[in-house]
Amino acid sequence: MKFDTPATTNPIDRLAVVGKPTPRIDGPLKTTGTAPYAYERHDAVPDAAYGYVVGSAIAKGRIVAMDIADAKAAPGVLAVVTADTAGKLGKGEKNTATLLGGPGIEHYHQAIALVVAESFEQARAAARLVRVTYDRADGAFDLAQARDGATKPEGGKSDSDVGDFAGAFAAAPVRLDATYTTPDQTHAMMEPHATVAAWDGDRLTVWLSNQMIAWTTGDLARTLDMPKEKVRLISPFVGGGFGGKLFLRADTVLAALGARAAGRPVKVALQRPLMMNNTTHRPATIQRIRIGAERDGTITAIAHESWSGNLPGGDPETAVDQTKLLYAGANRLTALRLARLDLPEGNAMRAPGEAPGLMALEIAMDEMAEKLGLDPVDFRILNDTQVDPAQPDRPFSQRQLVECLRRGADRFGWAKRVPTPGRSRDGRWLTGLGVAAAFRNNLLTKSAARVRLDKRGGVTVETDMTDIGTGSYTIIAQTAAEMMGVGLDRVTVRLGDSSFPASAGSGGQWGANNSTAGVYAACVKLREAVAGKLGFNSADAVFADGEVRAGNRSVPLAQAAGDDGLAAEDGIEYGDLDKRYQQSTFGAHFVEVGVDAATAEIRVRRMLAVCAAGRILNPLSARSQVIGAMTMGVGAALMEELAVDKRAGFFVNHDLAGYEVPVHADIPHQEVIFLDETDPISSPMKAKGVGELGLCGVGAAIANAVYNATGVRVRDYPVTLDKLLDRMPAVG
Amino acid sequence: MRPFTYERAASPAAAAAAVQRNPDARFIAGGTNLLDLMKLEIERPIHLVDVNGLKLDGVEPAPDGGLRIGALVRNTDLAADRRVRRDYAVLSRALLAGASGQLRNKATTAGNLLQRTRCPYFYDTDQPCNKRRPGSGCAAIGGFSRQLAVIGASDACIATHPSDMAVAMRVLDATVETVRPDGATRTIPIADFHRLPGDTPHVETALEHGELITAVTLPKPAGGAQIYRKVRDRASYAFALVSVAAIVQPDGSGRVALGGVAPRPWRVETAEAEMPQGAKAVAAKLLAEARPTHDNAFKLPLVERTLGAVLAEAKG
Repeated sequence: MKFDTPATTNPIDRLAVVGKPTPRIDGPLKTTGTAPYAYERHDAVPDAAYGYVVGSAIAKGRIVAMDIADAKAAPGVLAVVTADTAGKLGKGEKNTATLLGGPGIEHYHQAIALVVAESFEQARAAARLVRVTYDRADGAFDLAQARDGATKPEGGKSDSDVGDFAGAFAAAPVRLDATYTTPDQTHAMMEPHATVAAWDGDRLTVWLSNQMIAWTTGDLARTLDMPKEKVRLISPFVGGGFGGKLFLRADTVLAALGARAAGRPVKVALQRPLMMNNTTHRPATIQRIRIGAERDGTITAIAHESWSGNLPGGDPETAVDQTKLLYAGANRLTALRLARLDLPEGNAMRAPGEAPGLMALEIAMDEMAEKLGLDPVDFRILNDTQVDPAQPDRPFSQRQLVECLRRGADRFGWAKRVPTPGRSRDGRWLTGLGVAAAFRNNLLTKSAARVRLDKRGGVTVETDMTDIGTGSYTIIAQTAAEMMGVGLDRVTVRLGDSSFPASAGSGGQWGANNSTAGVYAACVKLREAVAGKLGFNSADAVFADGEVRAGNRSVPLAQAAGDDGLAAEDGIEYGDLDKRYQQSTFGAHFVEVGVDAATAEIRVRRMLAVCAAGRILNPLSARSQVIGAMTMGVGAALMEELAVDKRAGFFVNHDLAGYEVPVHADIPHQEVIFLDETDPISSPMKAKGVGELGLCGVGAAIANAVYNATGVRVRDYPVTLDKLLDRMPAVG
Repeated sequence: MRPFTYERAASPAAAAAAVQRNPDARFIAGGTNLLDLMKLEIERPIHLVDVNGLKLDGVEPAPDGGLRIGALVRNTDLAADRRVRRDYAVLSRALLAGASGQLRNKATTAGNLLQRTRCPYFYDTDQPCNKRRPGSGCAAIGGFSRQLAVIGASDACIATHPSDMAVAMRVLDATVETVRPDGATRTIPIADFHRLPGDTPHVETALEHGELITAVTLPKPAGGAQIYRKVRDRASYAFALVSVAAIVQPDGSGRVALGGVAPRPWRVETAEAEMPQGAKAVAAKLLAEARPTHDNAFKLPLVERTLGAVLAEAKG
């Protein structure tokens, strides 16, 4: 189905099932521990041997010698895979560094061997016997130092320049020129990357934990130099991804190689201490923001430049993209610069680009509002735009940022905020309120599904879409139930299998809208098949209550399906509506913090997010996405930082003790409001996504609240007590 | 795998003898630290002597009016003990500031004293660490040291001791009771129990190999306001950046010990004479020899400010 004109009324608009706060249909499997995750597929693969990954002990250089004799001779060992023994490997299109290093080493903890043994403990003990001699090379590990050598990245990430920024900024009566930094961050999802691999002749099946089945199937075939048709991926449950599982990773390649070497299935879970340096991470940024405004607060000039680093061939963190669209202003400039670093591979983490970009931009807006003597909510409203500022004939399909800000301010009690910082106190706590806008683009990408109607009137949906804890199973079931006029209990959803039609996958908060639109398309086709079989005019047929009706005839779906059932496969594809319209999601975050007057410990007290993101397919799972994202924003604002050892070139705090993410005690009352909105430009579902929107801006709202509480402006994340201490009031 | 043998000891002395016989034997009680270290192959015992059955899990009055805490009393139970809450509140508070409910349910009094450092370089077996592999060097010096020691460290090691409980024990003047393989017992004042690293950072306590802690004894109650204040980036389940254990008497005199700043609970008795003069004077003496790194210099003002808040709280 080609979607190239705005949606009109369709069966989804009945909202008999879609739009209802439906608990996740996979919830009982998860709460009873019976959802099968990759590493636990004993049912499918009862005889898997265990693989243990050896990571490089240097960040850059070469392996001079590798002695695996003792490891191979260790009890229970079945095979040792290294670059030497693996044969020639290709590299996935989505990978920057190779997934099995050697002799060249590209980053710390790059996998250099897999030891396969009868038991996990045997594999682990033998892994210690792999003896490696390295020739260490110097590398670049410090972004601040590498910044001056940064260059314009190749391909697609061009600078933008509208009007005359330099002139307008110089002429502006009120100006801000400030630099912000965000650190490297790791996804720290609960389930590690894990794979069980089994060969059947020249065919390979892998059970894994992955967000993007089609990408990863292709990249696994490419890496192993085999036809894609002979590779099958199965990933029905994913214990968190946040972008860390968008791609083929070492666990899958090594499990496949290990299984081939051992002659039996092999399972591999990346060891937790390996994950931070072995896999991808969100790269650190240095961001310079300049804003010029008239005295009345009208922005006349806005510039956002960002520097980040990556391995050769890697991409920049696109931290400036939202600044092209979020606020008005006739003269604008954005630029991305990329430095070469020899740290582990930087790549997508939840809301790549916007998450760190808004952490900077939305502090800058707070600073600018203060310079102008304006309330930060009013300043943002004043500079709203309903069109793409660079192409004024290109409107937003929907844009309710102003409503989000107004509604949130009202709900949160923003009017009670004391504008002068450091003036509000509650016992030992200095208290403050902060606000930030949330913004994340709505991305359209094709997505397909297969739908079957069986002789009992049941509907089965199959698509390679994944559910990474987001609620995909449920919203897909709601979509199919709505379209086919059956109850949710009549719908079975099967996901995450490369033998199913290719979907959008889970990334970029595009999963909900695109995957359900694909299911919509397949259901439209199935409805036509049903109507056709019954001799109904499909345009008149109504699917409801397990029946199909037209005129004065009604036929139960079970009967219509017949003994053989009916099936249809289709997908959604998009025309140029995303070129003609700017499609984005919006929100406003409000936060209250307390800062201990003596120790400067920061604790969040209240959080509110107001979101405008098209039709909310399931308010329950959407809310879960937003509060989870807000929690992640607390981490980003207050504690998350991969500490770089700039001598040896690695992330030092590479476990969950050293890399702190929020615990329950850090998370106070959270409230989420969704504005009533449908966006007929986005898809037949009229929906968008919220999974990343909820993170965008949270960090800045917290940093702004800390400023309001203390009068200390911290521009380097995370905002930790050591950055406040010397400007806190005297104790006692 | 790395096989190890396992036995349940019949008596404290037998346990001590069993460990002494084998240089690579270890006691195991709660296992909250040892098992993690074994999984990471930082500890590689070939024999484990399980002391959990030794009935060292009572809390009883000591003859001098103090309290004798069995080595195996779980952190949760100790924190909840009525006498501890009433007479040694600083200990109860310190315990509850540590780890998580699940860990406190398993962790023992003796094991808590014997926790290994949480220095990230100690945990990374691809990095040099004099504590983990004597003589290999210290990657933490010149590296990421935000959590690490500002005082009491050496050119061989700048790790901190991670325990909260031990800081309270130090301020309470606890005594560690042990039994040796020959059945002889001794008592070690807590001040002498943890060693500074010097050039042997792998030697962390006064215990001999095979010597088993049987109890920790608290002297009779010190009275005063007893406060434990732990400062950290997140609200729970994090090691202290800085912690302050204090006992403050109504006349302003008292005692103070610090956590998170040194390779052992940090107390300087002579600094306590300054308590009536306030936090600045006490902190100056406590940390007079401090040699912070760029990453952790903030701990010095943080100690002073936290102590100031504690003294203000004590005053009420």
